[in-house]
Amino acid sequence: MAKIESAFFDLSYLENLASQSSSVHRLDPRIKVLLSAAFVVCVVSFDKYVISAMLPFGLFLLVVAGIANIPIDFIIKKLIVVSPFAIMVGIFNPLLDQQIIMHLGSVNISGGFVSFFSILLRFSLTVSAMLILIATTGFNSVCMAMVKLGMPKIFAVQLLMLYRYIFVFIDEGMRMFQARTLRSFKKRSMGVKTFSYIIGQMLLRTIDRAQRIHLAMLCRGFDGTIRIRQTIKITAKDVVFLIIGLLILLFMRKYNIPLLLGTVFTGIS
Amino acid sequence: MSHHIVEVQDLTHTYADGTKAVKGISFRIHHGESVAVVGANGAGKSTLLLHLNGFLTPQTGRIRIGDFYLTKDTVQEIRKTVGMIFQNPDDQLFMPTVYDDVAYGPVNLGLSPEQVDKRVQDALIQTDALHLSDRPPYKLSGGEKRTVAIATVLAMNPEILVMDEPSSNLDPKARRTLIDLLSGFRHTKIIATHDLDMVLDLCERTIVIKDGKITADGPTLELFQDVELLAESHLEKPFRLQACPVCSGQKLPEKPVQMDDHAHTHDHDHDHHHHD
Repeated sequence: MAKIESAFFDLSYLENLASQSSSVHRLDPRIKVLLSAAFVVCVVSFDKYVISAMLPFGLFLLVVAGIANIPIDFIIKKLIVVSPFAIMVGIFNPLLDQQIIMHLGSVNISGGFVSFFSILLRFSLTVSAMLILIATTGFNSVCMAMVKLGMPKIFAVQLLMLYRYIFVFIDEGMRMFQARTLRSFKKRSMGVKTFSYIIGQMLLRTIDRAQRIHLAMLCRGFDGTIRIRQTIKITAKDVVFLIIGLLILLFMRKYNIPLLLGTVFTGIS
Repeated sequence: MSHHIVEVQDLTHTYADGTKAVKGISFRIHHGESVAVVGANGAGKSTLLLHLNGFLTPQTGRIRIGDFYLTKDTVQEIRKTVGMIFQNPDDQLFMPTVYDDVAYGPVNLGLSPEQVDKRVQDALIQTDALHLSDRPPYKLSGGEKRTVAIATVLAMNPEILVMDEPSSNLDPKARRTLIDLLSGFRHTKIIATHDLDMVLDLCERTIVIKDGKITADGPTLELFQDVELLAESHLEKPFRLQACPVCSGQKLPEKPVQMDDHAHTHDHDHDHHHHD
């Protein structure tokens, strides 16, 4: 629990990664958002028993991460942190779907296990894609790009505010948590009662803070819209990259490359 | 000319829970004056300040800023004239980068991108914060946050600066930088603070508030000699006006007498290992 900061929220590390300069970083944020969206759609649209055809997408991510100088172990750590959600989604598949659809040597594998593994793979691919998007673009630019691509501004403003204040919020939460720990000695677990007090406190503090922020915004002429300076420009190079990227993604979606390669090399169809 | 006068007449404010925070305050601050508002915690300073930029409107009494009386219709105009610097800069810096934050006000004023850029550059240069332009506010130090908060207000070109505890939570050097910065401004300044040493540096006039009323209003140096008045308002003479503890032979905290470990007798229960 005390490691919340380091495990979940080292967002500032993500920002540091985003401030690097590689050919991926220099692409227009909109291109990267579009490609990431296409990537996710491709991966998600596979049939539920598909595994091998998705592997090239993993390779694609590895290549992009490599060019952009994003450490893979960082991505993997993040994946592990959020993986319980995906595991919960798929955990009952092996029980519900026991029909044998695959043989690996002498081991029979049921459809449930295959689809469970497929879910984990999809989850890993899509979450990694998003992490790499943010690690090469920066959260703010991603928001800007989405506004430019037609997302209602109100959502962008919400996200930007969320991102701005999550640090303050975590700080405040950590302080309360520390204060509690310092006075509870050997009793390690918090108990529902204390927990609810802390959550309640945080809610009240947040409301107070929200009022002060609103006041600060009013003081500087807030009238319901937030205007953000736009500096991104699309170049011909960006467009070319977008087209090539989309073609690669479509190709990987349409053809099962591992299967094709296998057929070519072994001659068995 | 009534230019940029701040005039408060018989102002009262009662919060929804029945707390009477301000009970009839009147004063008049002239153009270019620098005034400190001091008083105990909960004396009504913050409530008073919230009126000055129209976040609260007077329940009774009235407020005049420049040529306008504060009403719902004039509040937008008044907010352009009065720049408010909050106690907690985290509340004030809400945009993704320092540049965007400083630009926020000017953009809302409807200026052209070139004018906005000029305003931002000027404000950041004036506060010596240009190198922070592209940094996200959450990564700044306390002193830097405060400086940027001031820049965001300066970019609006206000005539009057209202500050709530500007020197709180700053290390001595950051505090000094802030004082130097503020002393260079030509604006009318209204500063609510407990930092009376800063008041000595910045404000020629002080208003003392106690329980929602003004108990004194006059030249800073004069008021700060009045030990009784200060004590009544939960204040103390600024350190610089107090006698030097060494020269005046005052009692300083003494170093405890060194004793051998465990050689002293206990008259109270210690948690020592030989206690078992």
